[in-house]
Amino acid sequence: MPTMETSRNEPRSFVVDDPQKGVFLLDREALVSEDVLRAEIKNIFAKCWIYVGHGSELKKNGDFQSRRVAGRPVIFARDSKGQVRCFFNTCRHRGALVCTERHGNVRRFSCVYHGWIYNNDGSLARIPGDEAYIENFDTSGLGLKSPARFEQYRDFWFMCLDADAPALTDYLGKATDYIDLVIEQSPSGKMEVLHGTQEYDVQANWKLMVENSVDDYHLPTTHSTWLNFMANSGVKVEPPKDKDLVLPTRGFAFDLGNGHFTTDNVNFRGRPVAAWIPLYGESAKAEMTEIRAELVERLGEDRARRVADTNRNLVIFPNLVINDGSSVTIRTFFPDGANKMQVTAWALGPVEESESARARRLDAFLTFYGPGGFATPDDVEALELVQQGLANWSDDRWSEMSRGFGREGEQLNSDEHHLRTFWRHWNKLMTGAQA
Amino acid sequence: MSAQADTLADVKVTRAEVEDFFYHEAALLDEWKLKEWEALLADDATYYVPPNDDLDGSHKDTLYIISDDRERIRQRIIRVLDPNCHAEFPKSRTCRLITNVRVLKVEGDLVTATANFVCYRYRRFQREFSYVGTYRYILRKDGDQFRIKERRVFLHAHELGRLGSVSFIL
Repeated sequence: MPTMETSRNEPRSFVVDDPQKGVFLLDREALVSEDVLRAEIKNIFAKCWIYVGHGSELKKNGDFQSRRVAGRPVIFARDSKGQVRCFFNTCRHRGALVCTERHGNVRRFSCVYHGWIYNNDGSLARIPGDEAYIENFDTSGLGLKSPARFEQYRDFWFMCLDADAPALTDYLGKATDYIDLVIEQSPSGKMEVLHGTQEYDVQANWKLMVENSVDDYHLPTTHSTWLNFMANSGVKVEPPKDKDLVLPTRGFAFDLGNGHFTTDNVNFRGRPVAAWIPLYGESAKAEMTEIRAELVERLGEDRARRVADTNRNLVIFPNLVINDGSSVTIRTFFPDGANKMQVTAWALGPVEESESARARRLDAFLTFYGPGGFATPDDVEALELVQQGLANWSDDRWSEMSRGFGREGEQLNSDEHHLRTFWRHWNKLMTGAQA
Repeated sequence: MSAQADTLADVKVTRAEVEDFFYHEAALLDEWKLKEWEALLADDATYYVPPNDDLDGSHKDTLYIISDDRERIRQRIIRVLDPNCHAEFPKSRTCRLITNVRVLKVEGDLVTATANFVCYRYRRFQREFSYVGTYRYILRKDGDQFRIKERRVFLHAHELGRLGSVSFIL
């Protein structure tokens, strides 16, 4: 086994990446260390584009959502002129939160401490007792601060704390193709976040959720009760025919650059967008046939098949996951200590969806995802078991991630190619090593 | 609302009867006697846990934590009793304290009743989980028996947060 010792001039690496031997190992210190977390806050969360919210959460001018984004309290708002904005939820006077409600519609935010008031475009509206300041006291720079950068791709809004970061669309790169594919479910090209937020903690390092979100190797073991449920509900779950496969259908993994990656699978589990399974009920058939016909008419047969008959779990580095599987979820998570993360998940659907299709989408979501779903609680359990086991990290140092290493050509969803993609990029940002 | 509600006389029900039923149900759930618990359900029973941030939203347009019809409840029981339901193996130990029981409404044979609860959940090596909330039931009364028509669980925390999962029958 390799050890951590490196020569003095060589930067430390958290991975052993040896294509000759077909071995890829991860130093478990990366998953347990508060020092590593401090470095991540600086090298990753303050450098990368971090998902803030979706424009549909701000339907009217004056709407706001207050939330924590990578641990930062922010206000995500549409100002009175309709512009989408993001502010730090921090009073310029003494630092208190200026917005304590989860969401709402306001023209102004006011601090409860000394009463400083800000307009919904962030500018300072009023300082109580301003005659106590010197004449011509300059208040022009005392509006709410914003993250250095705030940009959107198709109404997915991200912030970045690094003024010198590349533009969001450059950062997303090839990942935008997969975001487009999700949005193509909507005839008008508009998706919306649905009501109801799932917010739950997992007692595990945040990077374990990145891995878990795209790791199809674990499905037959971690989720055997979900597979049983699917079988009980009339979905054929046949054992794989081809060698190397662990799922009934073939699936791939793609490195999308900049640390982003996705699985891309032939669907077997049903999709509310136009792949019927008995679970949805006979009464759903007619409407789903119509939804399918609209896809074909708008996109052509091939692309319609791509939207309806394939599913994918997309990771936008570092902490945004879009699961386009049994339903569509937006899931983001951030560390609260090295051994704990806070997860937020929303459901996403086409804006023009009928009441019945919307209800079916939400029901399908709950068959798999979320804290009461038939699969996610077992993922959470698996990650927490990893974290508990890692208490032995200093004497059992390396996690084994070599599955499928050396495979030529197309990479399988059930291999660990895409996990290695994540760790190589993470290692590069943390150590300056070449990926 | 029951279709019969217009024609049937309202059943008579006391708070003590409803309390006894709640305590009996809580014991079955805490002892993981889920097949016996299932026998308390009406054929059209539903089980809902709305999201913490939208307790009044409809499950048809709002993302719930749990929204089960009768068949889904049956599947949930199969799942949580399976040793491969890792989130509940070994089984959590739970203890429910039920209080503030109120009969809110009687319409025909349907009784709407609420109760506050604390459900403590323990897993080995893990923190204690305290689920605090309100139950709202629609019970169908047939003679001196109740059957659960709707079971709705409102969690009071602003977010599920450190409670993690709702992997057992709450």
